[in-house]
Amino acid sequence: MTTAEKYVLAAFLVVFAVVLAYVVIYAFKLSRLERELSDLAERAARTRRSAEREREPVAR
Amino acid sequence: MSTSLPNRAGIVLGAAALVLLSAGFALALFWVPSDADQGFSQRIFYVHVPVALTAYASFVWGAWKALRLLWTREPSYDLESYTAIHIGVIFGVLTLVTGSIWARISWGVWWSWGERQLVLFLVLFLFYSAYFMLRYSTDPGPRRAGMSAVYALFGVVLIPVSFLAIRLAENFIHPVVFNSHGPQMAGSMFFVFCVCFAGMLALAGALYANELTGKRLDTRLRELREALA
Repeated sequence: MTTAEKYVLAAFLVVFAVVLAYVVIYAFKLSRLERELSDLAERAARTRRSAEREREPVAR
Repeated sequence: MSTSLPNRAGIVLGAAALVLLSAGFALALFWVPSDADQGFSQRIFYVHVPVALTAYASFVWGAWKALRLLWTREPSYDLESYTAIHIGVIFGVLTLVTGSIWARISWGVWWSWGERQLVLFLVLFLFYSAYFMLRYSTDPGPRRAGMSAVYALFGVVLIPVSFLAIRLAENFIHPVVFNSHGPQMAGSMFFVFCVCFAGMLALAGALYANELTGKRLDTRLRELREALA
């Protein structure tokens, strides 16, 4: 491989590497959002359950 | 705030970017003829110039969204402007790195401070990098959105200056391929350049759409968290 070919390949690989790094960073961000969403869904379910318990008629 | 998330645009543009860039890079490396003057190293042109033009396009898009924000006071434009500038800075980094590689093989140096085109692009890049410092030094709200929009609009003035600098310069080594007589290259070279440029624009569009979806999702989750607290 000539020097020119090495430099050209390096330029193309830099673009590929940056896009790949972006995809990896974005995957981490998506997993964080997914964790937060599950946490919120759990919290919403807890709130709904406690609201239903409060609405239940008291036994005489 | 808009209720629709542009994730479908992200998928379509991402697929288009994959097809166009794969085809464009393959054509650039194996099909297009070598330049008579620079030889094989000229092929960096097919990645460097589309990346640089995409960076300019992203900054212009960010400035357009900033103008819409100042015009309409619609808060969603702030996030759109910020996202476009974010993508522009990523492409700015790629422009500087691929440009340095090309400079090393063609001129024998990684950087030349005497070149107006290079220095002006660096100034533009640093200007937009400072945008993030300004943005995160202020609390979120209409004031921050307004300040960021004005800053984004000031930056866009540097784009024509950076673009025209090479044409106004008397002594330069940076090549001029597009002039008032059109593209100064063979038809096959121009075709491959157009494929690579379309692919790079599609890639920027896909990154923009996905990033915007993520940021909107983040905002909505924060609002939901506050509502449930």
